[in-house]
Amino acid sequence: MGDEIEAIEAIERLREARRATRAASGSREGDGRAMERAARVEVEDVDEEGGSARVKTRVKAPLKSYGAPKEFLEEGPLDAEEDEDLESDEALGFGKSKKVIDRESAYSKRRFKRELSPGKGSEKDAGEGRSYAERMQHAAIDRERDNTLRNIEKKQKEEAERLAEEARLAAARTSEPAASDAPRAAKRKRRWDAKPDDSAAGPAPAAPRVSEWESDDSAATGARWDDATPRGPSKWDETPKHTSQWETMESGTNAGDAKATPRRSRSRWDETPMVRASGDPSATPAWTGGETPVIHAGGETPKTVPGLATPSAAQIAAHQAMLQGNVPMTPEQYQQMRWQREIEERNRPQTDEELDELLPSEGYKILEPPASYVPIRTPARKLTQTPMPYGANAGFFSIPEEDRGQKFDVSLAPEGLPEMKPEDVQYFAPLLKETDEEALTIEEQKERKIMRLLLRVKNGTPQQRKSALRQITDRAKELGAGPLFNQILPLLMSPTLEDQERHLLVKVIDRILYKLDDLVRPYVHKILVVIEPLLIDEDYYARVEGREIISNVAKAAGLATMIAAMRPDIDNVDEYVRNTTARAFAVVAQALGVQSLLPFLKAVCHSKKSWQARHTGIKIVQQISILLGCAVLPHLKSLVDIIEHGLSDENQKVRTITALSIAALAEAATPYGIESFDNVLKPLWKGVRAHRGKVLAAFLKAIGFIIPLMDAMYANYYTREVMVILIREFATADEEMKKITLKVVKQCVATDGVEPEYIRNEVMPEFFKHFWVRRMALDRRNYQQLVETTLEIALKVGAAEIIGRIVEDLKDESEPYRRMVMETITKVIEELGVTAVDTRMEELLIDGMLYAFQEQTTDEGDIMLKGVATIVNALGLRAKPYLPQICGTIKWRMNNKSPEIREQAADLISAIAPVMRKCEEEQLLGHLGVVLYEYLGEEYPEVLGSILGALKAIVSVQGMTRMTPPIKDLLPRLTPILKNRHEKVQENTIDLIGRIADRGAEYVAAREWMRICFELLELLKAPKKAIRRATVNTFGYIAKAIGPQDVLATLLNNLKVQERQMRVCTTVAIAIVAETCAPFTVLPALMNEYRVPEINVQNGVLKSLAFLFEYIGEMGKDYIYAITPLLEDALMDRDLVHRQTAAVTVKHLALGCAGLGCEDAVTHLINYTWPNVFEPSPHVINAVTEAIEAARVALGPQFVLAYTLQGLFHPARKVRDIYWRIYNNLYIGSEDALVPAYPALEDDGPNTYRRVELDCFI
Amino acid sequence: MASAADRLNISSQLEHLQSRHVGTGHADATRHEWAVNIHRDSYASYVGHHAMASYFAVANGESVGRTKYEFTQKMLLPCGLPPELEEE
Repeated sequence: MGDEIEAIEAIERLREARRATRAASGSREGDGRAMERAARVEVEDVDEEGGSARVKTRVKAPLKSYGAPKEFLEEGPLDAEEDEDLESDEALGFGKSKKVIDRESAYSKRRFKRELSPGKGSEKDAGEGRSYAERMQHAAIDRERDNTLRNIEKKQKEEAERLAEEARLAAARTSEPAASDAPRAAKRKRRWDAKPDDSAAGPAPAAPRVSEWESDDSAATGARWDDATPRGPSKWDETPKHTSQWETMESGTNAGDAKATPRRSRSRWDETPMVRASGDPSATPAWTGGETPVIHAGGETPKTVPGLATPSAAQIAAHQAMLQGNVPMTPEQYQQMRWQREIEERNRPQTDEELDELLPSEGYKILEPPASYVPIRTPARKLTQTPMPYGANAGFFSIPEEDRGQKFDVSLAPEGLPEMKPEDVQYFAPLLKETDEEALTIEEQKERKIMRLLLRVKNGTPQQRKSALRQITDRAKELGAGPLFNQILPLLMSPTLEDQERHLLVKVIDRILYKLDDLVRPYVHKILVVIEPLLIDEDYYARVEGREIISNVAKAAGLATMIAAMRPDIDNVDEYVRNTTARAFAVVAQALGVQSLLPFLKAVCHSKKSWQARHTGIKIVQQISILLGCAVLPHLKSLVDIIEHGLSDENQKVRTITALSIAALAEAATPYGIESFDNVLKPLWKGVRAHRGKVLAAFLKAIGFIIPLMDAMYANYYTREVMVILIREFATADEEMKKITLKVVKQCVATDGVEPEYIRNEVMPEFFKHFWVRRMALDRRNYQQLVETTLEIALKVGAAEIIGRIVEDLKDESEPYRRMVMETITKVIEELGVTAVDTRMEELLIDGMLYAFQEQTTDEGDIMLKGVATIVNALGLRAKPYLPQICGTIKWRMNNKSPEIREQAADLISAIAPVMRKCEEEQLLGHLGVVLYEYLGEEYPEVLGSILGALKAIVSVQGMTRMTPPIKDLLPRLTPILKNRHEKVQENTIDLIGRIADRGAEYVAAREWMRICFELLELLKAPKKAIRRATVNTFGYIAKAIGPQDVLATLLNNLKVQERQMRVCTTVAIAIVAETCAPFTVLPALMNEYRVPEINVQNGVLKSLAFLFEYIGEMGKDYIYAITPLLEDALMDRDLVHRQTAAVTVKHLALGCAGLGCEDAVTHLINYTWPNVFEPSPHVINAVTEAIEAARVALGPQFVLAYTLQGLFHPARKVRDIYWRIYNNLYIGSEDALVPAYPALEDDGPNTYRRVELDCFI
Repeated sequence: MASAADRLNISSQLEHLQSRHVGTGHADATRHEWAVNIHRDSYASYVGHHAMASYFAVANGESVGRTKYEFTQKMLLPCGLPPELEEE
């Protein structure tokens, strides 16, 4: 019994102690929060309504603009077709993962194949390991080899085809059923290395069993070659490393001749001493880790976790290498390790301390484990468990020591540094080792320093990051360009990089570029290799960032260096490298001026050595015109001349890109510069007739963009000429060609010289026949292009013509097609109205519209809603006969089960309410009002928001008096809805209530309004600014309706709350109430509130005053004397924010009563403000400076000058600094007015300082 | 990004300001520099306000045009050559 009591007491004590610690930490936290708040007060005091919310939304905002840029969408597809294996960007979804790599297309992933440091060993001293000549040579060898390989491949293919053909013939001859296997065999022949005898075996037993090797290769034809080649000459000429794979394969196939299974047993694990666990290069991003040997660690299986299988030599080697901490792992492994760590973390055994805390200390005792007890540590059982993460427990597998105090949650972070993720270890491993800094050389110390800073930037908290970033910037020169880039650039190439991390690292580069200036020269190429991929990133901001860095590099390194660094990449065999290089060159041109790049471009575009160089050169021109827009005009002629000859190039790709570049130039130049294109018209013209397929598409595009630049007469002529070909191509099945044809038709139709009659007779029949078909509605880009082109035609030939042709299709059975028709009609009517639509067509239109509206299953992008709204609004009075039917539909849909349909119906009401009013369908409106009122119990917030919006629309057209249901019934129903936290609901309710408070406040009892007031306070917390603003204004309306006293009391009470945003909004509301109800009704209570000895309240009062005087302006002169003592007190307060806010008030007050005879009071206040000029806080000093500026306006610059003169030549620099700043402000503000007020200076030696003219008098 | 970079060197803002307004000063400005600015501003003001110029013309018994011309000329070296800076 006694024991029990003691135990209970012990528990009580424990709880007590814990509560105490929690309270202590809580208060500490509280202090922290208070400080943070104070800081935020300073930060955000400038903007009036809760800046913090804006910060939040700002973070979110960029998401909206994700997606491929316009120029990509436009020029992407042709490129895609043109380049062998570029994947369409469109197919990409936005992965949930934050990692850059996860949302990259295979094409973007090609960046990993680029080498960061081309040289070996020498990179420490001479960043660029190889000389320019060497690099050029390597590029040439690469190209040569690529050509040879292609030739070989081609030959092999032909050979294989021939053999297959023979085999097929043979098979046909024997007419065996096995003949069906022949195509399959033939298909396999496509591998150039496939041995003829293999295929001759025909349907051998091995064929159906697809081995790993085969699946690899047939999945990506030639991928291995593509993969291996660009990886770099250094590998090529140093060891035949990747040929080893071929040998394996070769031998594998040989073995496979006999039997399929042994081939598999001949595994690559034991074959080579090199660690190569990965089989599939397309699955594992091949990471060429500079000097470290290439190690593909187990990409194909996550099984490399030790112990699951018998560890092979290779695995052990890989594992040990991993433990040393400098081996890159695949993302899958990281993922797994991260997951493991989390599981470990959650399932970790309880420590002794935790047990001690949980269990009462008295009444229990810790037993010794029996001597015979042996913990179950059979390896077999242990193996199935999740092992410890690599970094935390450095042992492959060892029976752990019994350690009761063992820490299971040790993080991978050394002292004072942010936590390392497992994937960071390879870069930051040295930080994990305890080393004596003193013993290191200076170089090593620097390296460690950089590493530490980078880790902080990458993984640290915002504060850590900020200070590390600043340090790294400030000390950039001292740390040296070499060590910095040698660490940053590999990090940026890391396959596990996340968006945020990449952004931060790019920021680091940007900052150090400023500091290093021309010291970056040796590293230009490395930087470009890392940054260029950003130029084709799908994220807009990444692209902008990439451009900024490259242009900074260009400015720092100069044109010569840039050209030297990028020249070898221009004719790189890898299309990816050329593509990014072209884009980078365009950025360089933008940064350093197109003019200076022209000679180089000319040389490249005329290169005789390789078509790749010409192709890239011309592509650079294209990118320049996309990037610069109309700024290419001064260089238009020279750019066109440079690429002109490409139209008749022997290589098809060069011709295509030339035409595309001309299109881009013409697009950028619109509507000027036709004379620059004179020379290319003829070749283009010839080309259009001579070419077919993709080249033709490109040529057509070029002509399509040039025609709008022409004079009307020529445009007409050329349009007629090109139209023949276009009409021929209308029938094409090629999607790309379709898009281009549509685009060109749009351009031609829009041109001045083209007559409507011609379009109507020659173009439209074919156009509608080929394009207005259901299939076109299925592809989004075709759809958009068709709608745009049709709209353009409608602008030429009139609305009736187009609507007449497609209106029947509103009843088509295909929904996407109906939607496309509806969108076209909507756009046409938006542009041209319905005047051309006759009664018959009007009926058809309404009929079709209602059909399409009712039959819709989903409304993507609100096309149907917008369509109906546009048509009804355009018809106006003519819509009267149809309104009952439309309303019937709406009412029926309001009853629908699906919330989307109800929402859409409600939205439609708000869209057509004005038309109903115009048609004098008041009864119908009233009826709809009642229906909506009944639906206020709606549970889906989206729908409820729309219903409220519809009610608002009806209220605003009906007016308060005629509204049904009457306002006095409606408003009480809205009060509870104010509690709804959904943004859309809040916004619509507050709008509706605000409108009622503004126009019809007398219909509602004062008590109801007070109730609403209390609810409104909550709305001040809303994250959306529009809601807060509407709320604050509503306070004004309510105060006007029921008098300020009660509302003010509520608001003043609200100043005591903790939340800053609430207080800020409250102060605004107070100021608005004061403005609407005249300041004298509010000021006494407000000033009285200042006596409350509470910092928040006093600050709130001061802030209200600041807003108040800002709003009332000149009226302030009636109150300045009354308010002066309060401001006096505030300006002398110890609290910084008091003085700051008071200074803001003084500013508004002074500006308000400038020239109204209150100089004495303003002087008095400025005398109190002036001593604050020495405040170090930027916000205070800003407020004070502005107050002084206001004094300049109110009291005259002479007055302020007299104050300023005292400190201009003060012995203390700090004093001089701030006084000169004030003087400069003063000087900029009223330079001329100071002339008579300058002090009289005495002459000094040879210098005459006296202004003798001022002594003149008559 | 640009704003963040600017914040690093507030002095650059002042430099920017100076480049736009010649007459502004700084904590290390000498008495002579300041005086030169004052004088140039004064002359500019006399020339700019016709009433002032004509007042001076009448007082000196010169034509208005000559007065303005002289003021403009004086703006070149209003206070004489700058004194030698003391080397410390």
